[in-house]
Amino acid sequence: MSTTPIETWAVDLADVTYIYPWVGFEVAMTVFAVILWLGWHVWQVKHENQTYEEEAAKYGTAEHLKKGVEEH
Amino acid sequence: MDTDVGALTIIFTEFYYWITVALMFLIHIGFCMYEVGASRRKNHMHTLMKNSMLIPLVTVTWFFFGWWIYWAFAGGPGITGGIGHPGGDFDFSVASYPWSREMGPNLGADGLGGRITGVFWAAFLLFAWTAASIVSGAVIERIRSFAFWLFAILIGSVTWSIDAAWGWSYNGWMVELLGYHDAYASGVIHAIAGGTALGILVVLGPRLGKFRDDGTPRDILPHNPWLVCIGLFLIYTGFWGFYVACNVPLATTGYIDGQLTGVTQTATTIYLTPTTLSAITVNFLMSLSGGMLVGYMVSKGDAFWTYSGGLAGIITASAGNDLYHPIQALVIGGIGTYLMYKLHYWVERRFKIDDAVGAVAVHGYAGFIGVVIAGVVLWGHPSSTYEGYALITPWGQFVGAVIMFWVLGFIPAWVLAKILASMDLLRIPREIELLGLDFASDRDREAARDDVIAAKTAMV
Repeated sequence: MSTTPIETWAVDLADVTYIYPWVGFEVAMTVFAVILWLGWHVWQVKHENQTYEEEAAKYGTAEHLKKGVEEH
Repeated sequence: MDTDVGALTIIFTEFYYWITVALMFLIHIGFCMYEVGASRRKNHMHTLMKNSMLIPLVTVTWFFFGWWIYWAFAGGPGITGGIGHPGGDFDFSVASYPWSREMGPNLGADGLGGRITGVFWAAFLLFAWTAASIVSGAVIERIRSFAFWLFAILIGSVTWSIDAAWGWSYNGWMVELLGYHDAYASGVIHAIAGGTALGILVVLGPRLGKFRDDGTPRDILPHNPWLVCIGLFLIYTGFWGFYVACNVPLATTGYIDGQLTGVTQTATTIYLTPTTLSAITVNFLMSLSGGMLVGYMVSKGDAFWTYSGGLAGIITASAGNDLYHPIQALVIGGIGTYLMYKLHYWVERRFKIDDAVGAVAVHGYAGFIGVVIAGVVLWGHPSSTYEGYALITPWGQFVGAVIMFWVLGFIPAWVLAKILASMDLLRIPREIELLGLDFASDRDREAARDDVIAAKTAMV
């Protein structure tokens, strides 16, 4: 049993093509990766919006704003 | 790989592009240093992360669709051909789907679609990072990360890939019909990135406090000018990899195809037109020198503009640096630097554009000007080895520059910026901008430091 198309290196390399595991599952792997990518953006935008809301609520006072401005 | 010479050629080509990838990584490090140095201290870590995270995002999207677009869109589609890129009996666009088996490690074919696909893919990806990173500096200290990363994907994995297919490919329709020549990417990387940055800046607006009530600009000082200059130095260094990656290192006339005769082997540009590594090495240095000399003069010795001038000099001459005489490269680099410097301040005052690092000028204006100048200086030179392709002309280059800066650069970015602004997802809240993007994390660090000091004080 092998997860790759290669079960032995007792071959002529001229006959060898793909050497990665799970040949035949490329579409499924692509769908999985695209979902991960899009999901990351969804998480990130929520996280960023929430962070700004929390920071504005905590530090949005005149005193903190003055300090921030004085930092240039 | 079945003969010694054949194997050496393949392995040399693979190693050649691998080296360019490692060198081009320095461009990104340079951009990060440059951009972080140009930001104010209260924003600098956020600025670093904004630029750094484009690396994974452009990489995965380049894998998903950017690479495929390059190979699929050379003909428009619908201008000189449909979707696809036939190479003999092989369609490179089909081999570039993210699910294509050729995208995984394989020992199949010797060239593209086979064992060297990965390094070629990576070299193009590093160009994509560069394009996105150019935009990053212009918009610092007020853009939302979410928004910037969408722009990074837009230029890195969509619009630059389209422009490369059209004008930076041996059978791109712009090359065939316009005679477009842009060997080291004045337009296909720099003009489009400058146009993209400008499209965003028009909607994003200036940083708070940038302009006085009478419209004159204030100088928002970088927190570390030295870091800015070292960053630019590193970009110069990485630029060597960029230049070398734009060439095909070793090609026979059988591979080059077209109308060439004989059996002489040579390096070629991306258009498969002959050049030499020596030519581009000398011209790189001469155009850098022209830019630095003029940058120093026009800015009266300002370090930032002198270094930026060196970059602008290279960028202006890049379109034709495969062919220029070194003195031409020197002068062209100087002309581009002078014009981009003057344009930067004119646009800033006239349109209230706050380009924090001068990216629109150094890359956009210099790139645009460089493409146009190449049309004049290289007028009548063949753009391709193939019969029937247009010659290089001023009008072909001008149209090409407009496509790069405005059609594929400014307009898509402006449209996306408008959409994001309408959803309140473009610019950070006003309070956060006044506080500084690192304000809260700086307070957390202060608290952590105070906590440790208090604990250690109790031990004394």
